[in-house]
Amino acid sequence: MEVIRVENLEKTFGTLEVLRGISFSVHQGEVLAVIGPSGSGKSTLLRCITHLETVSGGTVSIGGEYMVQNGVYAPASVLRSICLNVGLVFQNFNLFPHFSVLRNITEAQIHVLRRSKKDAERRAHDLLAKMGLSDKESAYPFELSGGQQQRVSIARALALDPEVLFFDEPTSALDPELTGEILKVIRDLARENMTMVIVTHEMFFARDVADRVIFMDNGVIVEEGPASLVIGNPESDRTKSFLARFTGQDQDYSV
Amino acid sequence: MTKMLAAMFQGTLVSLEIFLLTLVFALPLALPAAFARMSRNRLASGLTNGYLLVMRGTPLILQLIFVYFAPFYLLGISFNRFVAVIVAYVLNYAAYFAEIYRGGIESIPAGQYEAAKVLGFTRAQTFFRIVLPQVVKRIIPASGNEVITLVKDTALAQTIGVAELFRTAQNASARQFSTMPIFVAGVFYFVMNWVVSLVFARIEKKLSYYR
Repeated sequence: MEVIRVENLEKTFGTLEVLRGISFSVHQGEVLAVIGPSGSGKSTLLRCITHLETVSGGTVSIGGEYMVQNGVYAPASVLRSICLNVGLVFQNFNLFPHFSVLRNITEAQIHVLRRSKKDAERRAHDLLAKMGLSDKESAYPFELSGGQQQRVSIARALALDPEVLFFDEPTSALDPELTGEILKVIRDLARENMTMVIVTHEMFFARDVADRVIFMDNGVIVEEGPASLVIGNPESDRTKSFLARFTGQDQDYSV
Repeated sequence: MTKMLAAMFQGTLVSLEIFLLTLVFALPLALPAAFARMSRNRLASGLTNGYLLVMRGTPLILQLIFVYFAPFYLLGISFNRFVAVIVAYVLNYAAYFAEIYRGGIESIPAGQYEAAKVLGFTRAQTFFRIVLPQVVKRIIPASGNEVITLVKDTALAQTIGVAELFRTAQNASARQFSTMPIFVAGVFYFVMNWVVSLVFARIEKKLSYYR
């Protein structure tokens, strides 16, 4: 079943064409990695699908409903509920600094999904246990390491039970030691068949965890296919030259 | 001596009244002014900018005189002196607070709005639950400065004949042929601002549970 379908997506900033006709889909339970050089449009693509940017043209459907069809957005009331089907984990976590870890995770459950405080807290307890952060419930974000903050932000996104979870370079703000703990969390989620789209620079992680990989350059999809093929044995010269820089950096992320 | 002190406490009450009423009206009024200033609507932001420029660009004492005398010369009516003081002070202080609010609001990183949007918060929820609490923390030091200045600015109310603390001290001084009452008034202002400083230090401490 298709959870996300993107057709001919276009995004321009002024005269700059950042996305030039992107089409792909994401299936239930699939892990899709999006790789490519800086400025290739990966992050913009994610921001368009999560409605942080307004597209210039094309179609995006989420969970079978059109968020935007041929450049025309769904009415505001529908749009909000459609967008709740996608979660996003930011590069810089963007936790709410004035809320405790627990409240970071319960606030949207209570005030957006209208869950009772008790249910929201139970869900938060479960997620924090899963993230290995049960003892940090009453801590404030500034008291946590980057890796811990990122795990809280993953829990915050999961708490709303999104159909798909997007990650925008989730380890780019972390040092290598902390990167491992985030990649482990993503790997665990993949085992539970969470549908995920991950923009990443961790090529070997992408190869190991993703089912499918999209290589983007200059606002278009250059190559798309099973992870082992696109990263292990790419067809296009552009992909080859991009990946050449990563050889010899193979690391074992299994923790 | 006791008679002088009694008169000066009376004057202090008037000063405190001006102080509190100004804050009660100026603090909330500054919020819509800050929003209008940040608005993409050119007319709203232009008009507000003009208001801010005039209020911050001319002396408060002049504004006070204008508010008190302009209605009389233009319309032939006049306000109660005390009301004129409050109107002038509120208009003036709202301008300063509006700029402090604007600075605070604009200092909140875009990532906070983006996280809130992705989590499905409405714009109002985002402002009141996510942004405003963080703004309050950031504007406390700058607001403390303004509030302390306001305590001292109440002395200007005598310009249009309101007998606040400083005027009372000057009267006493003239009666006694001594500058002593003026210095006593200085101690009064100092003590009031000491309290203000303590209150602000306490608020800052209270909000220091996060960074």
